[in-house]
Amino acid sequence: MAADEPFLELKNLTIHFPTDDGLVKSVDGLSFQLQRGRTLGIVGESGSGKSVTSLGILGLHNKRNAKVSGEIWLDGDEIVSSDPDTVRRLRGDKMAMIFQDPLSAMHPLYTIGAQIIEAYQVHHRVSKQVARKHAIDMLGRVGIPQPVRRVDDYPHQFSGGMRQRAMIAMALVNDPKLLIADEPTTALDVTVQAQILDLMHDLQDEFGSALIIITHDLGVVAELADDVLVMYAGRCVEYGPATTIFEQPEHPYTWGLLSSMPRLDRPNVGRLAPIPGLPPSLINLPTGCSFHPRCAYEPRTGGLGSSTMPELANAVGGRHLVRCHLPLDERRRIWETEVKPKVGGTA
Amino acid sequence: MFSYVIRRFLGAVVMLFVVSVFTFGIAFIVPRIAGGSAESLASRYVGRTANQQQVAEAAERLGFNDALVVQYGRWAKAIFVGADYNYGPGVEHCPAPCLGYSFITHQPVFPELMDRLPVTLSLTVGAAILWLVSGVTIGVISALRRGSVFDRGAMAGALAGVSLPIFFTGIMSLAIFSYKLGWTAEGGSYTPFLQNPGAWAYDMILPWITLALLFSATYARLTRAGMLETMGEDYIRTARAKGLNEGKVVTRHGLRGALTPIITIFGLDVGLLLGGAVLTESTFSLNGLGKYAIDGIINNDMPKVMGVTLVAAVFVVTANLAVDLFYAVADPRVRLG
Repeated sequence: MAADEPFLELKNLTIHFPTDDGLVKSVDGLSFQLQRGRTLGIVGESGSGKSVTSLGILGLHNKRNAKVSGEIWLDGDEIVSSDPDTVRRLRGDKMAMIFQDPLSAMHPLYTIGAQIIEAYQVHHRVSKQVARKHAIDMLGRVGIPQPVRRVDDYPHQFSGGMRQRAMIAMALVNDPKLLIADEPTTALDVTVQAQILDLMHDLQDEFGSALIIITHDLGVVAELADDVLVMYAGRCVEYGPATTIFEQPEHPYTWGLLSSMPRLDRPNVGRLAPIPGLPPSLINLPTGCSFHPRCAYEPRTGGLGSSTMPELANAVGGRHLVRCHLPLDERRRIWETEVKPKVGGTA
Repeated sequence: MFSYVIRRFLGAVVMLFVVSVFTFGIAFIVPRIAGGSAESLASRYVGRTANQQQVAEAAERLGFNDALVVQYGRWAKAIFVGADYNYGPGVEHCPAPCLGYSFITHQPVFPELMDRLPVTLSLTVGAAILWLVSGVTIGVISALRRGSVFDRGAMAGALAGVSLPIFFTGIMSLAIFSYKLGWTAEGGSYTPFLQNPGAWAYDMILPWITLALLFSATYARLTRAGMLETMGEDYIRTARAKGLNEGKVVTRHGLRGALTPIITIFGLDVGLLLGGAVLTESTFSLNGLGKYAIDGIINNDMPKVMGVTLVAAVFVVTANLAVDLFYAVADPRVRLG
């Protein structure tokens, strides 16, 4: 594999769910690349398709109720067209996932140790003793005190933060080269959130894996991500290096996300500005740009916003992509003069 | 854990005591309330030809004129240390555990119960294995293929299985498989397992299937509902994300999560049936505890009825205890305070 070859590449990934009410277009034509050792933050509101995408990468959608098309390339293997057993072998081994709520994501009737041992033994033909040593070792590495003793505890005997550490240990036990963390800190206390983020950062350095962080919390993204992908209604609306997204965001939706994020590190400039309206129905998407009904700048597109879906196009920076009808210089002007002063500077 | 076991055990003992009081009450207090006297009770022991004086003597001899508490004490004591019954002509010793003598056959009740226990035990254990395996299997497949032809068929079958009474399915299956096709025994025969396991199974297969049909329907529905719930849990997604194959996801994670309530009910059902599968035994003319109870009830043979009731209560209470202890082992979240 060439050094510049992406470790993970999505090409035009589309995930639709046929329901009685109509076709739910959860993900529509999503493409991105991710290199080893890099972290991608996927942000967006609930229902924007973040989690559906991550489950799609793991090949966890049931073919009976989900229609998946496009390509997902993971280190030379294509996921979408592979047979389920091939993807199963990759799952947990080459790619692993950390789920949002570790209490419900762990089986309540098995010990933490048993669940990590199981994860290891799926991909390694070793005895239980060997797997157990490995599990204890992993628990120690994610910062669980007295792992020899705690390995036989049940999930309900762990605190929330410890459970998430155990979940991370379970995901990392096979040394996966791609780690997807779906809202890894949402269910945790604020004080614990920072610890978990630090841990994930350290572990990524140590394991050298590619990391996808899915979150609606831009603070988490600012902390960890190299690149940011902003999703809205199943599509990518803005993509670029994290610094660009925070310094020079160009999509009105990204502006909205930034304006609605509380900032403690800067003087309070004004009230938080929530994005007006609600996320659209994924069955009946608005015509034209999916975001136009909630977009304050839509009148400036000359009617294009409500009639045509804008393409994801290069902005100024080389790797900065934006899906917006507004002319480029107009976007920059709005950001510099209208939005940035209210957001109160950038990361 | 230890104190939990002790407390459950003590609870079971108290329960048995309460049951024994009620059993005794129904046999000795209710007839009094209904207007019976010590003499009318005693007349059952001495037979119809006895005259007034003989009955009065018998009542005195059997202690029916004593206070009810004393009578209960004597009855309960006999269970633990045995008793000597004075029948007039002679004294007969009834060894512990003594549950008295049948009015009709004058045989001690307890040995008769023990003679019949293997029949009920064979019937219950065989049927229980059948219905647990078939019910859970059908339930799991139904849940995994929700809405499929199999699911609809199985659930319709389950409804029929629950609705059709034993005496209907039993007699129908006897008519078809035994009388018409000659594949199975005709009912009424029982070969002890140790004597000839093949003949034992041959005799029991039809009662097993008939009884299992009724229960497996319930278990299929119960398993299906439980599996539909657990297979939607987040931990199932985690199990899949680990790369486990679907078989292990379903059994080790899905079924394991759904199994606890099933085993709980299984324990109680088995306990209940060990006290006598009345309808099945009657339909197939099996001389088990249920048949014995029916005989006792029809002939107003109180010692028999009391004996079966008490033995059945022991099974039910033991099953309850077993289920409680199982629960503590099966679900680590159960607090044993």
